Amino acid sequence: MGYKGKFKVWRGDASGGDLNDFEVEVNEGEVVLDVIHRLQATQAPDMACRWNCKAGKCGSCSAEINGKPRLMCMTRMSTFEEGETVTVTPLRTFPVIKDLVTDVGFNYTKAREVKSFTPPADLKPGEYRMQQIDVERSQEFRKCIECYLCQNTCHAVRDHEENKENFAGPRYLMRVAELDMHPLDTADRKKAAQEEHGLGYCNITKCCTEVCPEHIRITDNALIPLKERVVDKKYDPLVWLGSKIRRRSSTDA
Amino acid sequence: MTEPENTQNVQNAEHIERHSYDVVVIGAGGAGLRAAIEARHAGKRVAIISKSLFGKAHTVMAEGGAAAAMGNVNPKDNWQVHFRDTMRGGKFLNHFRMAELHAKEAPDRIWELETWGALFDRTKDGKISQRNFGGHEYPRLAHVGDRTGLELIRTLQQRVVALQQQDQAESGDFEANLRVFAETTIVRLLKDEQGRIAGAVGYYRETGQFVLFEAPAVILATGGIGRSYTVTSNSWEYTGDGHALALLAGATLVNMEFIQFHPTGMVWPPSVKGILVTESVRGDGGVLRNSEGKRFMFDYVPDVFRKQYAETEEEADRWYDDQENNRRPPELLPRDEVARSINSEVKAGRGTPNGGVYLDVSTRLPAEEIRRRLPSMYHQFKELADVDITAQPMEVGPTCHYVMGGVEVDPDTQGTKVPGLYAAGECAGGMHGSNRLGGNSLSDLLVFGRRAGLYASEYVDSLGAGGKPAVAQADVDAAVDEALAPLGNADGENPYTLHHDLQVTMNTLVGIIRKPEEIGEALTKLEDFKPRHHKVGSTGGRRFNPGWHVALDLRNMLIVSECVAKAALERAESRGGHTRDDFPTMSSKWRQVNLICSLNADGTGVDLKHQPIPTIRQDLLELFEVSELKKYFTDEELAGLAGVAAEDAAPAGDAESVESDESDESAESADESAELDAAVAAAVIEAEIEESTATDGEVGESAIPGQKVKAESASESASDESEPESAQAESESGSESESADEAVAETAAEEK
Repeated sequence: MGYKGKFKVWRGDASGGDLNDFEVEVNEGEVVLDVIHRLQATQAPDMACRWNCKAGKCGSCSAEINGKPRLMCMTRMSTFEEGETVTVTPLRTFPVIKDLVTDVGFNYTKAREVKSFTPPADLKPGEYRMQQIDVERSQEFRKCIECYLCQNTCHAVRDHEENKENFAGPRYLMRVAELDMHPLDTADRKKAAQEEHGLGYCNITKCCTEVCPEHIRITDNALIPLKERVVDKKYDPLVWLGSKIRRRSSTDA
Repeated sequence: MTEPENTQNVQNAEHIERHSYDVVVIGAGGAGLRAAIEARHAGKRVAIISKSLFGKAHTVMAEGGAAAAMGNVNPKDNWQVHFRDTMRGGKFLNHFRMAELHAKEAPDRIWELETWGALFDRTKDGKISQRNFGGHEYPRLAHVGDRTGLELIRTLQQRVVALQQQDQAESGDFEANLRVFAETTIVRLLKDEQGRIAGAVGYYRETGQFVLFEAPAVILATGGIGRSYTVTSNSWEYTGDGHALALLAGATLVNMEFIQFHPTGMVWPPSVKGILVTESVRGDGGVLRNSEGKRFMFDYVPDVFRKQYAETEEEADRWYDDQENNRRPPELLPRDEVARSINSEVKAGRGTPNGGVYLDVSTRLPAEEIRRRLPSMYHQFKELADVDITAQPMEVGPTCHYVMGGVEVDPDTQGTKVPGLYAAGECAGGMHGSNRLGGNSLSDLLVFGRRAGLYASEYVDSLGAGGKPAVAQADVDAAVDEALAPLGNADGENPYTLHHDLQVTMNTLVGIIRKPEEIGEALTKLEDFKPRHHKVGSTGGRRFNPGWHVALDLRNMLIVSECVAKAALERAESRGGHTRDDFPTMSSKWRQVNLICSLNADGTGVDLKHQPIPTIRQDLLELFEVSELKKYFTDEELAGLAGVAAEDAAPAGDAESVESDESDESAESADESAELDAAVAAAVIEAEIEESTATDGEVGESAIPGQKVKAESASESASDESEPESAQAESESGSESESADEAVAETAAEEK
């Protein structure tokens, strides 16, 4: 069953590095993360990689495998030919710390910039009433395991370091959409989506949806509807008229 | 922050980053985050130490739900029923006070999550939906599909962010009062001269640089110990850090022998060995077969269960459609029974090539139906094992899942023996007794995480200004030297090899069925591992070096494994997550004993002592029928209880077998059925689950939970705890709201 697999693994740190060649035993049924673990145990004990659950639930072991952003724990070796060289490199969009570990701090920074859930002030714990059909849209987005593959893939930041400051990325725009669709959230998310989180940078190429290991339909169900809501609000003539006639609260666009 | 102290520490010339906090929480899973949030609410400056990235903790793996007697689905549910279920599940070894607080406070803890943005599945009238689960009398688990743990961790994570946003608005600094130190591992707790907690030393995984936290209060919330076993559902983080740090700091561990092995984990492929296969596969008709194709569970029905479990495949198969007139399939025996049975089949040579048994649903249901009812299992096997469960059987076997034992704590405050040291969640002991019910883990970590945060904050207040314990520099240096040792020993043994040897030892010798000679062998090996551990070496530098990290984690795994083995050798009975081949029954005398581990005098190993179990309050005992209590308690213990005399007059039936003889040299192997008492206990639980649907006169002692009204009022006077809003008040209209669809989906889904 087992065979000697050929691997190229990027090793290095912020100062530089390169692809290292390895020959390593591969057994039936294994995933790429198993092979990385075997390399650690037998050939490269200090090879850095992140992982936790090994079941596609924590989103820690993201890497680029033969150039494709994947979870290492969900990429089976049987998807490659035995003679094929498997190349594993760190996520390209984030700065390398060491080997396959990158500094994903960008994501935590963006997470902090999204205004938290804002419930109605008069609603006490235990009094929340919501219909299943109304929570399901946001629930889909809460399946997110924060593997950051979408953040890594989105070309708005992947090849444009300069956009990182103004663009929250698909994961956090989806978070905005999630809150906007939460039946009890009272904050106005639409203006912020456009002005603070850079919704306009997204041109719906659906790359994020394609790499999502949770199969969340990020573009169709979160980003496009959010764009539509923003536009509705911006160009709704009644809203516009209203804002001219009466003094609107500051939450309005 | 500050410069390194100028005087000492010349030899390694370490620059040690220093931070000062009121409360340091070690662990960023559910318990740790809930504790940190509470301490921050109490006005404290709090640090959260996370071994992984923020939001990746093992809590995300919990699927089934969080148990809380909100009564949204069945208004008959209340804290008393939940308390009873929990005590039965733990076979009355639980700390009664923790089980009580847990049952009372869980609903409030769930409801507050909604105010922080959690989106649980709903009932028809818009409340939080609740699902059935093993051992819970009523539908009780708040859930979000089969990803409840993820919802919980994300909600708490987002609450932390919300508090940071408040601080940002007020002070311009997100991290003014609540800071997450991600990918940071603590190696030692520090105490002052009076033996009080003074801080903790750790290192940043990213850089390998050391960091000192000066803090008068530390909360341990580090989870479990599963990485000491080969086959486990636990992640790399579960190396028993909190258990070990507590021991090394002078605190004690309680009942470490109790480890829950879940019967059905994946056994193939190797990459996912140990990953859970949900119980609902069996609930929906899946059957267990050995390599000969035999549906073997029929051979493992203990005598006491015969009345409730089918004897023929035909009857068992009829049960799925007609539960009134047929008995349950034996695949649905309690978890410990099924785990032991699978173990026996494999040991007898009737296992699959990969060392498990077959779990087959493909011949039981149409393919579409399987995909509809078990989407995540279908997905899991398809993607990871290339097994189409609609066409092929799965291979499954027991997997190390949860440790019931843990740091010994005060039930109200979660304080340990060391002033300033607290523990909550899986790393704390007592709450679950000898066996945890599914769903009680997520609620446990919310209830006791909050309490730990609250009381740690009170403790800090009690010290007053200037009363903070001081860290001794020598202790910091010693911790740093200890941690650097493997790096100075590049030619030493490969830490991965020692880790592997430890896992094999614990898995094979202190696993599901325990034999004294095998445990003895394990203890000998653990002694051999100690000098090997001192010689392990790590090549490479300090920057994100997993080999070095394993070398450091090994200290914790070794000492915790020693606790497990020693306690397992000592407890001469079988109860919950501890099965002794030579003492296959439960003993009332052993129910009175907690086994306490502490560090020995020279710090090289573990001392074990017996300690009486706390006496359960009378009003709580009165929640049970005397006939049930007799299965667990000695006559003397029950002497003062009203109704005992009357019960005595009547034949007490199966109660006798409990009292007497585990000394009866039991030739039968434990898994062969001898576990009468455990079985009796489990039978009660099982029977009660059925009660909600069928009317079964036989074990119907608690069909009407409301009848024990006097106990309720008695407990009012008991103490200070905040009574949660009564579940009944909450649920006037909400009873039969579960749709048929929900009912199918929710029957016994995933655990934890």
